[in-house]
Amino acid sequence: MLKFFRRNKGLQLFSLISPGALWILLFFNLPLLIVLFISFVERGRAGSIKIPPVYTIENYRQLFNACASQFAGPECDPFLYIGIFGHSMRIALVVTFWCIILGYPLAYFISKQRPIWRDALMILVIIPFWTNFLVRTYALKQVLATEGLLNSFLMGLHLINQPLDLLFNEFAVNVGLIYGYLPFAVLPMYASIEKFDHSLMEAAADLGASPRRAFLRVMLPMTLPGVIAALVLVFVPVVGAFITPDIMGGGKIEMIGTLINRQFGVSRNWPFGSSMSLVLMLMVLIGVVAYFRSSSEETRRAM
Amino acid sequence: MAEFAVEMQDVLKQFITPEGGILSAVNHVTMQIKDGEFFSLLGPSGCGKTTSLRMIAGFELPTDGKIFIHGKEMSQVPAFQRPVNTVFQQYALFPHMTVEQNIGFGLEMKGVSRSERSKRVSEALEMVRLPGMEMRRPKQLSGGQQQRIALARALINKPEVLLLDEPLGALDLKLRKEMQLELKTLQREVGITFIYVTHDQEEALTMSDRIAVMSKGVVLQIGKPEEIYERPASKYVADFIGETNFIDGVVKGQNGSTVEVELNDTGIICVESSRTFTNDQQVSVAVRPEKLRLNSEIKDGNNLKGRVEDVIYIGTDTHYGVRFAGGQKVRIREQNIMQGHHEIVQIGDDVLVSFTYVSPRILTE
Repeated sequence: MLKFFRRNKGLQLFSLISPGALWILLFFNLPLLIVLFISFVERGRAGSIKIPPVYTIENYRQLFNACASQFAGPECDPFLYIGIFGHSMRIALVVTFWCIILGYPLAYFISKQRPIWRDALMILVIIPFWTNFLVRTYALKQVLATEGLLNSFLMGLHLINQPLDLLFNEFAVNVGLIYGYLPFAVLPMYASIEKFDHSLMEAAADLGASPRRAFLRVMLPMTLPGVIAALVLVFVPVVGAFITPDIMGGGKIEMIGTLINRQFGVSRNWPFGSSMSLVLMLMVLIGVVAYFRSSSEETRRAM
Repeated sequence: MAEFAVEMQDVLKQFITPEGGILSAVNHVTMQIKDGEFFSLLGPSGCGKTTSLRMIAGFELPTDGKIFIHGKEMSQVPAFQRPVNTVFQQYALFPHMTVEQNIGFGLEMKGVSRSERSKRVSEALEMVRLPGMEMRRPKQLSGGQQQRIALARALINKPEVLLLDEPLGALDLKLRKEMQLELKTLQREVGITFIYVTHDQEEALTMSDRIAVMSKGVVLQIGKPEEIYERPASKYVADFIGETNFIDGVVKGQNGSTVEVELNDTGIICVESSRTFTNDQQVSVAVRPEKLRLNSEIKDGNNLKGRVEDVIYIGTDTHYGVRFAGGQKVRIREQNIMQGHHEIVQIGDDVLVSFTYVSPRILTE
């Protein structure tokens, strides 16, 4: 038996792969099918779904036309949900932009240090991951609060006369998300920049390129794979984020994530939540596929 | 146009070492490189030759002193504004660009139009004998080809001075020899001043019009290849360039330009020298292996008795090791002009080592 196993490469491979594959199949692919199923049935009275199931496409129609809902009032806005999708996209783009703008120089700075310092600084970047995300977000909330650390500090210095409105608005959500996702941007960009051969910048300068042009023509194109990886790693989770907008936005900032969260919570509308999840997934999928289609072989390998 | 292409005046470059000390990589160096010259900076690694080159290129700024390029002070001018181009040791070609984009980069930065650029790129490729390579990527080229592309990328800009940082270091021996001759020919054709950094003394001797021998941040000697080889200024230079026999001795007298030197129990020799020595001065006599001859009878010049300790046949030459009565050992190189020549002298034979009065050099430092 053992001999048979040793000789059979296919069997060895199968036994190595199957636990992981089974896990994904059972706890990821199968539930996804269930979500797909739920998105096409009517909701039940007490939440969940009607049994036996009644098939409908109402959940998708409602998403693109909010007034299609049976609960819609006479002054309903048909583009309510589309608007929230758009808003989420905008926040995700702003957050991704700032994560890259702030993360690139940081990654560059770290890569230029001596090896021992490099490691220490990278650990400092990673340390926040070891602290609970909720705890960090609540801590940030305390910093930005009306009576919080930042306002007290600025008022103490007499830079401002009355506290700034820093919390429970889109600014706070952006700050919270940038804070939470900056390391995700730094890590892949650091990997790219660290591999970059800085003598190429000297070569560019030698050929008459100013530092700015040398960066744009040589360093940026060569570290682009890291930037693209950072873009995907930040944009995808941020567009579906729900804890940060909830805490930092104080319930006033609606994102797709908070909306979906509510469908499975207080609104007890599983089918509608499911349809939104799938549309979000499809959008991200289209984005990533479009990126892979347009990017070169090299960029892909760097991911 | 100023007389010198590059002039370094009392240039000092200090670095802070990781331990917090100060290292003078280039220690008050002064040199003048003539226009159109093939000038080599020669020395072992860490002698300051590459740092000197990098200061001329503008990648490092001198701690003190001045650097002029064609009479204009460049000490504090950033690299991208200097009229020089560099061929890097590891080529430093842009991997994300085609050969055409690489070679055309300097022209692109100057704002030369695309059509003019592509015309001049193909000319540059002709010059380095790689026509039609425009669309290749650096990765698809061999080391020797990348080297030529790097050369074309620098020369297309018609720099006032071309700086080469051990450009042949990564090539195999045969290709290196080929490229040495090719570089020398190319330099004569384009007439641009070349400053060439190398640790390979043979390479420097082969290609250069003049050589600066450096050690520990200091220039020891500047001169034509034959000056450096035939009339080294110090023991270090004599030892670094080619092979040399050093025999310690004491000056016993001087008659005009002829100096008598006693080599312990080996005997007294006469050496022609333009310098003046005092009696009983401790000196070192340096003589190249190919300037010594093995004989069985006394010839004109110096004749010293010795015994053959080893005979090594290496094809073109035969090398002999001979020990003198005073215990000093010298190496002798004789060309194998006739077949079987090396079989005449055997290990253990007593021989006379003869050499002229002008071949040795008396060195004091």
